[in-house]
Amino acid sequence: MNQLILEKLKVRFPKSIEGSDEFRGDLSVRFRSEDIVKVCQFLRDDSDLNFDLIVDICGVDMYRPEGRFEVVYHLYSIRNKKYIRLKVSLNEEKPVVDSVTSVWSGANWHERETFDMYGIEFRGHPDLRRMYMPEDYEHYPLRKDFPLMGIPDSIPLPRK
Amino acid sequence: MSARTAEEPRKSQILVALEDQDTTVSLDPLENEMVLNMGPQHPATHGVLRLLVRLDGETVTGCVPELGYLHRGYEKIAENCTYHEFIPHTDRLDYLSPLSNNVAYALAVEKLAGIEVPKRAQYVRVLCCEMARIASHLVAVGTMGMDVGALTALLWMFREREKLVDIFDVLCGARFTTSYTRIGGLMQDWTSQCTEMLKQFLTEFNDDLAEVEKLLYTNKIFIDRCENVGCISRDDAIALGMTGPILRAAGVPRDLRRDCPYLVYPDLDFEVITFTESDVLARFYVRMEEMKQSAVILRQAVEKLPEGPINVNDTKRVLPKKERTYTRMEELIHDFMLINLGIDPPVGEIYQGIESSRGEFGFYIVSDGTGQPWRMKIRSPSMINLSALPTMVKGGMVSDIVAIIGSIDPVMGEADK
Repeated sequence: MNQLILEKLKVRFPKSIEGSDEFRGDLSVRFRSEDIVKVCQFLRDDSDLNFDLIVDICGVDMYRPEGRFEVVYHLYSIRNKKYIRLKVSLNEEKPVVDSVTSVWSGANWHERETFDMYGIEFRGHPDLRRMYMPEDYEHYPLRKDFPLMGIPDSIPLPRK
Repeated sequence: MSARTAEEPRKSQILVALEDQDTTVSLDPLENEMVLNMGPQHPATHGVLRLLVRLDGETVTGCVPELGYLHRGYEKIAENCTYHEFIPHTDRLDYLSPLSNNVAYALAVEKLAGIEVPKRAQYVRVLCCEMARIASHLVAVGTMGMDVGALTALLWMFREREKLVDIFDVLCGARFTTSYTRIGGLMQDWTSQCTEMLKQFLTEFNDDLAEVEKLLYTNKIFIDRCENVGCISRDDAIALGMTGPILRAAGVPRDLRRDCPYLVYPDLDFEVITFTESDVLARFYVRMEEMKQSAVILRQAVEKLPEGPINVNDTKRVLPKKERTYTRMEELIHDFMLINLGIDPPVGEIYQGIESSRGEFGFYIVSDGTGQPWRMKIRSPSMINLSALPTMVKGGMVSDIVAIIGSIDPVMGEADK
């Protein structure tokens, strides 16, 4: 099944695929960040693949000079009972990627959480606010350069 | 709504009406939309969930859930401790079913490290998951009943839950913070006393559940409060990424225990419960029926429970037994190395999800080959299920919100991580 999915993607998006690998049975495919919405649309609407459920979207801080941030999408096909993982790399200076809320409305909170934790911006998101941290918080807690103990005085205490 | 210029005459009209106590006045004194703040300290929001609700009279026209009041940064903590050290933290995620969180985490790390635990440990883990599911659904069903005014059900459900919690106590020495699984096995073995207690529980369980059914299934007030409330269409439920009882109540038979089998679920017979009404009542029925199915699984698993070891014999990756750690040098060294430096799985990334009582509970782990995960993402079902709340409450009444939150059954420890 993994091979079939990969073949289909290679035929449909020969230029977008940047790599793929399989580890412990999990298929993950890396795409150019510009094409992610098109790819997601195809994966959802293709009658054989039918990845209709968005399981998870999250960011990863690889802490390297090129393509520091990664956005990882986990999709699931209810009919085929199959997972797939999509990945895109983003640069540190301008971590922006197109939002997939137009494909799955459930992506909304996943993308908000990723924005909150990594500062990755999702272009075209309907309501890109912080998910957990206060709205006026300046830092992005899950970045590797954010200290584990937090930054002192970054969250003001409520006045008595 | 009248124009702003007509405000003065309106005011006097209202005042006259109020003085006369005339209730037939056509102009509503509160003729504007009101924003109501529910929570975060509200007993019906099941924890620290905050809702901003826009109301037109008593009809909900909009709702914005605000999360983050219990955000403890577990994903950050996970990046800074070894794989073994994170096990106690998993208890604190979904605190109504800690045992199944332990199992989910252990399965994820084992998939990453390529460990397969012995059959007996797998059966015990199935027992843990199903007991946790019953314990969690009991609270879900009970509190949902309480939210719509049926307090008796809650008390009866907690009486049942107490028996399960006692089994957890015997099994792992703690009622809630179980931390029962270890990477490559379990903390300690399932004992015959646990078997006895579980069998005793199972003989009484169906009758006790039937009592609650008798109380609620024919209760007009309960049915009226729940029927056709908080509906969400099948397509919306899929598009919003719902999982667990909410998705099954919308008619999608997705259950990871059957669809992407883990542990020994393929050897056990059970049904995937689905309803098609997709309202609060359907979710209630799904949970009630799932508890019965869990009891069926428990009966089979406790019968089939094989003898044998509970831990993988792999001293470099699996913790030694506590009594040996305290008496032998080699085991002490291994214990020290495993806790402090970790198990060093290969470089790679995996996602492992299980069907927890609330839906798909999963871990995505990126390993850089060291003892600590480079990145661990917790896929929490409560958070995603809550994102459907605005869709469900729209057009309903204020009092329906409480019933709908009860039917989503969020645990904020897990939703906020």
